[in-house]
Amino acid sequence: MSASHDDHHHGPAKGLTRWLYTTNHKDIGSLYLWFSFAMFLLGGTFAMVIRAELFQPGLQLVEPNFFNQMTTMHGLVMVFGAVMPAFVGLANWMIPMMIGAPDMALPRMNNWSFWILPFAFAMLSATLFMEAGAPNFGWTFYAPLSTTYAPETVTFFIFAVHIMGASSIMGSINIIATVLNMRAPGMTLMKMPLFVWTWLITAYLLIAVMPVLAGVVTMMLFDIHFGTSFFNAAGGGDPVLFQHVFWFFGHPEVYIMILPAFGVISAIIPTFARKRLFGYDSMVYATASIAFLSFIVWAHHMFTVGMPIAGELFFMYATMLIAVPTGVKVFNWVATMFRGSMTFETPMLFAIAFVVLFTMGGFTGLMLAITPADFQYHDTYFVVAHFHYVLVPGAVFSIMAATYYWLPKWTGHMYDERLGKLHFWLSFIGVNVLFFPQHFLGLAGMPRRIPDYALQFADFNWISSIGGFLFGASQLILLVVVIKCVKGGKKATAQVWEGAQGLEWTLDSPAPYHTFTTPPDPKLIHAQ
Amino acid sequence: MRHESPAALTSRIVKRLLLVVVGMFGFGFAMVPLYDVICDITGLNGKTSGRYAESEPVPVEDRKITVQFMAQNSEGMSWYFEPNDPQVTVSPGEVKVVSYKARNPNEFAMVGQAIPSVAPNEAAQYLMKLECFCFQEQPLAPGEEVDMAIRFFVDENIPEKITKLTLSYSLFDITDYEISGDEITAR
Repeated sequence: MSASHDDHHHGPAKGLTRWLYTTNHKDIGSLYLWFSFAMFLLGGTFAMVIRAELFQPGLQLVEPNFFNQMTTMHGLVMVFGAVMPAFVGLANWMIPMMIGAPDMALPRMNNWSFWILPFAFAMLSATLFMEAGAPNFGWTFYAPLSTTYAPETVTFFIFAVHIMGASSIMGSINIIATVLNMRAPGMTLMKMPLFVWTWLITAYLLIAVMPVLAGVVTMMLFDIHFGTSFFNAAGGGDPVLFQHVFWFFGHPEVYIMILPAFGVISAIIPTFARKRLFGYDSMVYATASIAFLSFIVWAHHMFTVGMPIAGELFFMYATMLIAVPTGVKVFNWVATMFRGSMTFETPMLFAIAFVVLFTMGGFTGLMLAITPADFQYHDTYFVVAHFHYVLVPGAVFSIMAATYYWLPKWTGHMYDERLGKLHFWLSFIGVNVLFFPQHFLGLAGMPRRIPDYALQFADFNWISSIGGFLFGASQLILLVVVIKCVKGGKKATAQVWEGAQGLEWTLDSPAPYHTFTTPPDPKLIHAQ
Repeated sequence: MRHESPAALTSRIVKRLLLVVVGMFGFGFAMVPLYDVICDITGLNGKTSGRYAESEPVPVEDRKITVQFMAQNSEGMSWYFEPNDPQVTVSPGEVKVVSYKARNPNEFAMVGQAIPSVAPNEAAQYLMKLECFCFQEQPLAPGEEVDMAIRFFVDENIPEKITKLTLSYSLFDITDYEISGDEITAR
């Protein structure tokens, strides 16, 4: 470790307070990533309850109301607790190192934006132990289910969402300020790694829509406790309004969970194909286009709710338009691999699986975008299969790919490649056995969010549950790999991967506690 | 810009972003009136507009439109609630009076509020109400029964393809609500 002897550049403090008081972007990145992994296991446990109940028709293990609590909590914990914090953790660790900055622009706020998260999720999870039970109205918390008919614990849910929103907004402000203001000399915008670009755009999305989410839960709070009628038809409100406001947040939100994944994949594929990324500029513009389009497609979640025909057509075509910039990205990744000297280490395996399986999820999204067809698919397991294909082998696989890719940089040790590959193959098989049959279930008409189902759905549910247990259990391998890698292993070089490009690979492994206290040599900054 | 210190630049960026945050929080709330305006213009969601208070319509005799009436109780509402005339045929511009019957079968007084919805949605903006029981709340004593009237006409500009429209009322129990003002807006 090439630590400087200036007393401003000391190493980490000792003990628990190191983590409580830390303003170091690497510490906070690690906190986010560990927190996210804990939430991944918690949300996964809820999913295991769901799959166990659906293992065979009939009600075996849980009450229907508890089943609804499980689907709701699974969605909320995975979206807000696992996927989003994982990407914020990656951003904290990598963005300063990628743009040659000493830390994030607002380190104290960074500490705060992490440390309010455990409180939000403690509050949300505590509802499971309350008499009224956890929220049971689905992660989309449609009114009036979440207002007039909600369990009393809904207020805990509302405040938890407020805190999560505040955390995301602070994190995003920090990322934007860092990227705009802390880049090393020579790091022009169009030389930034795509992970930085995608996060910059994601941060803008977050700033635009998290306040809308805060607004909608505030309206719920008022309806429930202060007698207003935003969503209460009896008092002159409209429950459909809830869906418009929610999805105005909700659709950009799903891109918030995938754009940083695009950045990760755009970093990994060139490394293991040993070629420069194909079409860097088009990648940037495609990301920006997807972000823009995300604001004008929200009502495709509401085709069956009722809309003028012109509205249905507009939202259908606008949604299909998103396939164009997304297609640009997929073709660019494939073109990057084309005639590259590829090797298949674990991060690359996850990245390739991402490209294939995310594209499948994208295609089912196109099917759902077709308004007349959506009347058939709406609220069936086809929708469940679609968004799990883009979120699990999409967003989650990219987070795992990123973990394997940068783990040697973080810990200074190589991870166990055999265990990593085992984790990949079990996850890959598990995820497909889990979600692929759900397409068939949905097309055959099985509705989502039900604890029991008609007999004809039994076989595919049985297969899906087996895949679920396999996928769930294999995630413990990841935990073993990470702990083993933190504790020891083959020493990693600074470069780590033969084909890796970028400023983070010019630093020692493990990355020193303080990096780029003096800006890097501009000669090290290459066009992507 | 060149002369600005990094700290000053950061605080400028943060201030601007905070403005966006506050603005978008406000925008979330602005969507509420915006939604009502859009519903009013497009008839989105089958919402009918408020009391018609313009010049008397002129009947157009060469077209006939069937208007059907439906009634349903929202969850927990125990009144008897049915249209007296399930269906009428009118010419555009022809003013018609129909009525619904409501009875409170309980041994306690209650207050009801009817909320209208029109199918097909795009017909909503052409259904003009001169008078409607849905413009105010309806208190009923124990066992009391009332006939509640609607005086309406169908606007002559209604598209040719619409020959039949359905006006449905959901009746809500608002006994425990304190709704201020005598008329609820955006009816």
